Amino acid sequence: MKHIRWAGLVLALTGIVASACGGTTTPAPAGGGTTAPAAGGPTVTKDLIIGFSASQTGAQNVASKKQTEGIQLWVDDVNKAGGIKLKDGTVLKPQIKFYDDESKTDRVQQLYTKLINDDKVDFLLSPYSSGLVKAAAVVSEQNGKVMITAGGADDATMEQGFKYIYQVYTPASKYLTGAIDLIGKLDPSIKKIAIVNEKDSFSTSVVQAAQPYATGKGFQVVLSEGYDTGTKDFAPFINKIIAAAPDAIVGGGHFDDGTTFAKQLYEKKVNARVIALLVAPPEPTFADIGDAAQYIIGPSQWETQVKYSAEAAKSANLPYYGLTAKDFTDRYTTKYSAPPSYHSAGGYAAGQVLQKALEDAGSTDPEKVRAALDKMDLMLFYGHVKFSTDAKTHGKQIAHDMVYVQWQKDSYTNRLATQIVWPPEAKSADAQLRK
Amino acid sequence: MSLDALVASSIDGLMLGFLYGLAAMGLTLIFGVMRVINLSHGPVIALGMFVILELTTRFGINPYLALVLALAIGLAFGVVIYFVAVQRVINAPELTTLLATFSVNLMIIGLGTVIWTTSPRAVNVSLGSVSAGAVTILGTHAVAVAIAIAVTIGLYVFLYRTRPGKSIRAVANNRAAAELMGIDSNAVLALSFGLGTMLAMASGGLLATLFSFTILSGGTYETKSFVIVVLGGLGNPTGALLGGVLLGLLEGVATIAMPVGWVPVFEYVIFVLILLLRPRGLLGPRA
Amino acid sequence: MSRFREHGFLLSLLGVIVAAAATPLLLGNPSLREELFLVLMLATLASSLNIIMGYTGYVSFGHIVFFGLGGYFAFYLMQTYQWNFVAAALAAALPSCVIALLIGMPILRLRGAYFALATIGINEATRSFVNNFDPFGGAVGMFFNFSVYDAYGGARNAAQLAYVGMLAVALAAIVTSYAIKRSKFGLALLAIREDQDVAMVVGVRPARAKVTAYVISAFFPSLAGAIFFFKNGIIEPGPAFDLLRSIEALVMVMLGGIGTLAGPVIGAALYEELRGLLITNETLSSLHLFVAGVVLLVVVLFVTAGIIGTVRQRFPPLRRYVQ
Repeated sequence: MKHIRWAGLVLALTGIVASACGGTTTPAPAGGGTTAPAAGGPTVTKDLIIGFSASQTGAQNVASKKQTEGIQLWVDDVNKAGGIKLKDGTVLKPQIKFYDDESKTDRVQQLYTKLINDDKVDFLLSPYSSGLVKAAAVVSEQNGKVMITAGGADDATMEQGFKYIYQVYTPASKYLTGAIDLIGKLDPSIKKIAIVNEKDSFSTSVVQAAQPYATGKGFQVVLSEGYDTGTKDFAPFINKIIAAAPDAIVGGGHFDDGTTFAKQLYEKKVNARVIALLVAPPEPTFADIGDAAQYIIGPSQWETQVKYSAEAAKSANLPYYGLTAKDFTDRYTTKYSAPPSYHSAGGYAAGQVLQKALEDAGSTDPEKVRAALDKMDLMLFYGHVKFSTDAKTHGKQIAHDMVYVQWQKDSYTNRLATQIVWPPEAKSADAQLRK
Repeated sequence: MSLDALVASSIDGLMLGFLYGLAAMGLTLIFGVMRVINLSHGPVIALGMFVILELTTRFGINPYLALVLALAIGLAFGVVIYFVAVQRVINAPELTTLLATFSVNLMIIGLGTVIWTTSPRAVNVSLGSVSAGAVTILGTHAVAVAIAIAVTIGLYVFLYRTRPGKSIRAVANNRAAAELMGIDSNAVLALSFGLGTMLAMASGGLLATLFSFTILSGGTYETKSFVIVVLGGLGNPTGALLGGVLLGLLEGVATIAMPVGWVPVFEYVIFVLILLLRPRGLLGPRA
Repeated sequence: MSRFREHGFLLSLLGVIVAAAATPLLLGNPSLREELFLVLMLATLASSLNIIMGYTGYVSFGHIVFFGLGGYFAFYLMQTYQWNFVAAALAAALPSCVIALLIGMPILRLRGAYFALATIGINEATRSFVNNFDPFGGAVGMFFNFSVYDAYGGARNAAQLAYVGMLAVALAAIVTSYAIKRSKFGLALLAIREDQDVAMVVGVRPARAKVTAYVISAFFPSLAGAIFFFKNGIIEPGPAFDLLRSIEALVMVMLGGIGTLAGPVIGAALYEELRGLLITNETLSSLHLFVAGVVLLVVVLFVTAGIIGTVRQRFPPLRRYVQ
């Protein structure tokens, strides 16, 4: 009888292992497979393998999904248009390869190592969220692979002298500075600010820049504290904030805690006149918290109402590249039955940046692509994109700006929607004070 | 340190403490009866949250009614876990039962991630609020505390006034003697485990009406449960409830007294200190 | 010849490990090297855990705390004072072991479940503390400016050196485990495991023996942590004090055979290979935790002695050769 149990155990284990082996993903052809030239010319078609990790599970799931969708839309659009055409006639067909990083840094490092060594990717994109981007950047740089990052705004990552990493997002240090300017303009009587943030690299970076900026502008920072990632119950903390009696509250973290925090601020009837939170407000699903979402301001890398266009580019003396903001929004909404968020735009823009760099370089050689990226200075539907070439901050995004949205109730339909309220040249509505 | 904030946070913390205590009672009950630390405690709490979610979204049942169903599901689930993972090794050394229950933990989280992913979910319950000065008490919190107390009273009535309850206490006291008296200890153990998971699920269900959650949310409450059962004395349900309330209160006060990031450090240090200095906890294990 | 026979198993085991470890270097396969790097690290963790758990009978759930401490102290030395990783790893082991000593003395007085819970508390307390501790980077953690790797001839070279370092640490851990097992000290630990009070009667000094075992079991994870995070270039509180990884090390020890020499190594290799297969497989990747749970349950319920243990039970003649 014992033998049967043994046999069963061995069979079970074998079964698990066998199904695992048998069920591996069909490997994408290693970069460089060639097909016969198309009729009528020396056109060579090559696969361009682009790798990254996505947080299909874990805390960063919501935003990461949007980013992946943006990337996927870009790949589809490029392939529909026939591929990336280089000057020498080669046509590159992008294919993406990604795995679930479970929102964990060591998973990211393992997966990027695998993408580089096993899947032999040509270029890399990044995961979503600064912490994971940091982890991926280290591996990418160690192996000399060019990586275009979306979803990572943390300044420190881009101040390490990396040579192969290029940042598409506006750096974290600029996330709340605009909000502070907005507060000053909206209600000059506001003097006391509470700065509260999630204790992770991104949010900490943001407030490290925001705090001196605020004091520099004459605000009094009455409270500045960080809460643990994953905090659900903000009640005692909010009591502390109430006791400090701020006129404005800025900070937050990522989607989940930002949304929970906003909801509980409303439930506790906190009467700050301005509340600005990171990451969560620009997400369409932020409105799920109902009335608690009203008046909340959030910095956004991009919104559907932005005015980046060929005309705007011309007046700024920049070349314009790629589709319009409206086209992007329409195509995305059609494909995914939901409007894009800035995470989606970031993903798409990262793809576009890579595409333009390849076109400018005329080859897939990393050094030539790097040179093209270093020279890049153009406008996309996503905004103005230019990378720092200074040794210390090489690859950091130096041209892109944040816009600030606020959830406002439409006076006719009484429904909540976001309006761009800052900067003045981009706004679609005036900012409102909380009542 | 503002007095207003202190009072408000104490009340907030105290109320949440009842929910912590409810969960911890489940853990301590199982330990008291069979000397097993249930390492699947956290995921079961999270399951409670999802049971409420599914019942309210799929069948439109009111969350509080769904809670009653959750109690039944929790009981049944616990009995199943007992027979699958625990029964065989009930008399084995601690490591074995710790690992057996931990394997259940992995299984629940593994399956849960596949079924519900780790996107945050929420059950939206709005019951208004009551304010008195600096103190705002939310309706949902008040109801949750009331239900937690009701469940606790129900548990005590069961343990002290019913036959099965008394059998449980007998087995907890001395299993061999109880068997000699004709009590089917296997059934009693299964029932106790089920009660333990039932309490955990109830706690999870109530928490679902307050905060958003994922399948991983049980982890923090599991660690808090450890702290509480040690505070209150392993095996002592009253101790667990009191320990929970005390922990909630401490958390609320500590948030005001120190930068909020240090509160977990404070909690864990207390945990270790109690283990070292007074492992029997405040009320000691049930005799 | 008799020397070989006496230590035959150990030498064979070491030989197999070295041969396996050399393969990726000879073949020039970085991916395989990365996998084996992880396996060696886990084998170190598991073997060290075996000393306190297998030999002494104290279940340390939060043992990963020494891995994290070693990592943080070493990282700090490397980043702030530009020490090389070998010196930093060895130097970091010192405060790590001192902490093990200071913690060990009080908590080893606890028994069974209380001890296990205490180790969890210690790990969580340390993680929360580091999360707030600015010199170690707080929640953001620390990471290297890339020029740090130039001193080793570039990042690729540094990864290879780290690999060799981890191999050395793993071998050292196994040899130490063996030495303990064959010594009087090891016998004392086994006696404590079986029945501490009787051991006292026979003349064993339990407190001293337990604490020594605990400190030794903290030394190797500390080195492993230093090397691991050196290679990663980043250290953060969450991954450094990852309770799940700690418990997985426990699973590996159980899977391979608690209290045996080769058990932790085999358990680590098997578990990591299985996990690696699952994670990168599209259909099963989301189930990997579930499968891990099932494997663990099966082992705990039916194969309590683990692989090596069961082999020894089933085939008594092999007992002399397989430990």
